[in-house]
Amino acid sequence: MVATPQKPAYKVIGTRPVRPDGVDKVTGRAAYGADVVLEGMLFGSILRSPHAHARIKRIDTSKALALPGVKAIITNADFPTQESGTLDLGEGSANPKWLVDNVLAGDKVLYHGHAVAAVAAVDWHTAEEALGLIDVEYELLPFVIDVREAMLAAAPILHHDLRTNVRARNADTPKDRETNIAMHMRVEKGDLDAGFAEADIVIEREFTTSQFHQGYIEPQNGTAHWNHDGQITVWTSTQGAFSVRDQVATLLGQPVAKIKVVPMEIGGGFGGKIPVYLEPVAALLSKKTGHPVKMWMSREAVFQATGPTSATWDRVKIGAKRDGTLVAADVSLCFAAGAYPGSAVGAGVLCALAPYAIPNQRIDGFDVVTNTPKTAAYRAPGAPAAEYAVEAVVDEIARALDMDPLDLRLKNAPDEGDTNSSGAPWPRIGAKAVITAIKESAHYNSEIQGEDVGRGIALGFWFNGGMESSSSVAVNPDGSVSLILGSTDIGGTRASLAMQLAETLGVPYEAIKPQVVDTDSVGYTAVTGGSRTTFAGGWVAYDLGQEIRKRLTERAARIWGVDVSAVTYNDDATITGTDKDGKAQRFTFEEICRRLPSTGGHIAVSAMSRRNTAGPAYAGHIADVKVDRETGKVTVLRYTAVQDVGTAIHPSYVEGQIQGGAAQGIGMALQEEYWYDDQGHLRNGSFLDYRMPVANDLPPIEVILVEVPNPGHPFGVRGVGEVPIVPPQAAIRNALRDAIGVNFYHTPVTPTRILDELLPRA
Amino acid sequence: MQALRYARATSIDEAVRMLREGGETARVLAGGTDVIVQARERRRVIDLFVDIKHIPEVMALEYDPQHGLRVGAAVPLYRVYGDANVQRVYPALRAAAHVIGGKAIQGRASLGGNLSNASPAADSIPAMMALDGVAEIAGPNGRREMRVDEFCTGPGRNALQPGEFIVALRFPQPAPHSGQAWERFIPRNEMDIAVVNAACALTLAGDTVTAARVTIGAVAPTTIMVPAAVEALVGRRLTDDTIAAAGTAAKDAATPIDDMRGTVRQRKHLADVLVQRVVRAAAERARGN
Ligand SMILES: Cc1cc2nc3c(=O)[nH]c(=O)nc-3n(C[C@H](O)[C@H](O)[C@H](O)COP(=O)(O)OP(=O)(O)OC[C@H]3O[C@@H](n4cnc5c(N)ncnc54)[C@H](O)[C@@H]3O)c2cc1C
Repeated sequence: MVATPQKPAYKVIGTRPVRPDGVDKVTGRAAYGADVVLEGMLFGSILRSPHAHARIKRIDTSKALALPGVKAIITNADFPTQESGTLDLGEGSANPKWLVDNVLAGDKVLYHGHAVAAVAAVDWHTAEEALGLIDVEYELLPFVIDVREAMLAAAPILHHDLRTNVRARNADTPKDRETNIAMHMRVEKGDLDAGFAEADIVIEREFTTSQFHQGYIEPQNGTAHWNHDGQITVWTSTQGAFSVRDQVATLLGQPVAKIKVVPMEIGGGFGGKIPVYLEPVAALLSKKTGHPVKMWMSREAVFQATGPTSATWDRVKIGAKRDGTLVAADVSLCFAAGAYPGSAVGAGVLCALAPYAIPNQRIDGFDVVTNTPKTAAYRAPGAPAAEYAVEAVVDEIARALDMDPLDLRLKNAPDEGDTNSSGAPWPRIGAKAVITAIKESAHYNSEIQGEDVGRGIALGFWFNGGMESSSSVAVNPDGSVSLILGSTDIGGTRASLAMQLAETLGVPYEAIKPQVVDTDSVGYTAVTGGSRTTFAGGWVAYDLGQEIRKRLTERAARIWGVDVSAVTYNDDATITGTDKDGKAQRFTFEEICRRLPSTGGHIAVSAMSRRNTAGPAYAGHIADVKVDRETGKVTVLRYTAVQDVGTAIHPSYVEGQIQGGAAQGIGMALQEEYWYDDQGHLRNGSFLDYRMPVANDLPPIEVILVEVPNPGHPFGVRGVGEVPIVPPQAAIRNALRDAIGVNFYHTPVTPTRILDELLPRA
Repeated sequence: MQALRYARATSIDEAVRMLREGGETARVLAGGTDVIVQARERRRVIDLFVDIKHIPEVMALEYDPQHGLRVGAAVPLYRVYGDANVQRVYPALRAAAHVIGGKAIQGRASLGGNLSNASPAADSIPAMMALDGVAEIAGPNGRREMRVDEFCTGPGRNALQPGEFIVALRFPQPAPHSGQAWERFIPRNEMDIAVVNAACALTLAGDTVTAARVTIGAVAPTTIMVPAAVEALVGRRLTDDTIAAAGTAAKDAATPIDDMRGTVRQRKHLADVLVQRVVRAAAERARGN
């Protein structure tokens, strides 16, 4: 359902054509990382730490190397030494010094499952067998899992050389002692004390959220061949082939010219497939053996060692006037980064209060290392936890003031020109349009009936990214256009980018032939992440389309012997004008394409785009829940996701993104979480015990698309993929309050936690 | 997974011989939904799989009102819950078989495997115990029988001797005016391990309970019978109070642990809730029988 009717009369945009990769995917022909098979290929496997924190005193590989079929074993010592620095990953960044130690542990293992050594062998089973023969002597160290404990002065220290990077004015955070707090940042505006003094009510609450995993279906994998001429080829499942190239180049100390990354089809990433884990290891094993080496992770390894989100500890204090005006907010967010610094707390800080125009505010963010896997981006990284806490407090304020929770939100929603938390003015945004669409929705206006049922709403915000994309096009004599892309296609971007080129040219979608290629075959393209691909790739497609229009116009002018000013490229892709004899002339797109080879040659164009005009995204979700008071089980009865999507290029894929994000958010709200035992061991590293929702845990997720076109894009595109994961935790939490009268301060709200509240205290 | 051997037995004697010769590291392979996972994850050292699915007796399912139900140990669950007689006469068994894993698992997984694997949370075991099930066992010394409620000796441990395996599971024909029910609590709606499960079979004379069997799982090292719940029910009229007393008995009998799937407090509470639910559901069915 689309809530905004008027928009330009697009011909291709807004339709729902079949995706170019569809047939291969439904017939099983699409080639994923696991499908890579090369002549003479070896299989690599990784030995992982059984401890949460330990010093590696000795690694003896002699017994493993003696096992027939074992070809090579490497450890961290086989990598070149890395200096501290910053490597841009697209959505987030990495310090090469820490990245290499995460890929294979340096002098210490820092979490259960941390990679310690890697084996290449003639087959997978032999490689696995060899792992058991590697003898590692550990000296156990005290460990810390919980972010609150990690911040204490007496906490076990992970990195003795770590000092707090203080980016907060007037903060008394110490800068020169051993600590697990890698960074303290602060964003503030207005006068906090004056703001709270103005408030009629002030509500302050403390929250914790568990660690969640992206839960993509396809485990990490990577195959590498280090050729005898020094050329390295990597086949992998990644959100960003160029990001993998740059990381591998840095970790191996090789120029990027030596490395080609071939992105395979990807079975989900959600931010987790941006950092490298296996690729540089496979490359080094290949160098050592002279053979291609293929590696992939077990599901357990995926949970133990690849990027989950941060567990967080957050405090939110908001002051409001009796009429519902929010006047002051003080927010503190503490994010567990995992073993190495670099959580998404910065984005959390900037998103926390974005759904509201609050004049006086201060937001503190702390990045804290813990003995858990290094976190990675996960769909709107940082925003879900931060906004959950704020949306919970806003809900409590609405209750305290006896105001409709939507009215309170509408009253405080920002408009174009209002300033965000860092003081910059908002461009055109859909915050109010989203809230209004919720108010008018059938769901919000329906009655909820029955015992122990309740309804909750929550808003969500995400910036969306722009960054760099490149493409090239070739116009073929049959009127088709090849579109060469550097973006891994995760959510249907082959289709959505082809549609934007088709729209620009005025040709049918079917005339465009999109293709994703390797890093040697297209210009630099940042990751498929940050909800940027349809935006930035769309800009490139538009620029390329305009250039083709221009060149075809020039060609027609040359054929007709006139100046280009006498020729017009029409929106139906015909070219009209008058020739030098003053006779009216017309080419269809196919006709002029057919003439290309004989009138000066084919047309091929490349372009790069890097615009910072990505439009921010607002979303609002409505959840109806029912609680079984006897068992603590929650049933989500009805769920609606409303979102400003700018312009829905391919509405089915937009809806799919929104439903997927909502489903993941509902999982976080109710059942997913990392579970560590008292040894710091992750005990639920499987889909059986890490409980992502299965299909029948979810109701149909209704979607209402609101279209407030982004003025910074030729077709009004805003990113859509990330923001839908932001509202669910608070929407469900607020619905639970409505249903059973209990305010929860932790996600997920599992049946165990519900019973803890409902059962009489022992 | 380590390299291992696979052998297909086509008769009971052949299977016994293979198991005996294979010794400690030989394992029966029924549906493989537990044991192949364990082998892949190297949780067990296994050198030989003895596949019993090609032994006709082990794959047969028979029912007659005289002798009751006999389910071959390796009959896949979809055949158990898909059987019209099981659905009509043994609804507790049907209910348990129907939720184990999902469709793909049910095409392979068996009652014999669920029982032999002896997980404290196994879903079919409470049902089989409540239905007074008996395991028919073959071994080097011939055949013997063992009650299902005596079969499991600890988590992952059972009372089989070397070379022995289960051929079939037998359930008597339920008495007139009896009913049965099975339930489990899982946080998800499928693909989950029971936080607690429970089953009940009872017989009514009018409103009075004349016989009952009550079982709970995932609250002790093995699935347990709850005699105190039976005491609370038998000889009494089925009222809210007697049902509540049975629930409380279950709660008291439960000795669960805290783990990632649930807490002691939650499990004891759920034992109470689920036992009350299965008693009510069984009584409902008994009134209709
Ligand atoms: C995805 C998934 C979901 C699952 N969900 C559930 C669930 O919801 N509830 C539940 O209870 N279980 C569940 N299981 C566990 C498993 O499916 C069941 O325990 C199943 O009943 C095992 O039967 P099987 O035939 O596959 O046993 P197998 O794996 O073949 O055997 C299990 C064990 O029993 C032994 N064995 C098998 N048959 C015999 C025999 N006749 N005599 C002696 N020993 C024997 C084997 O040697 C082995 O040690 C699940 C498993 C998976 C993989």
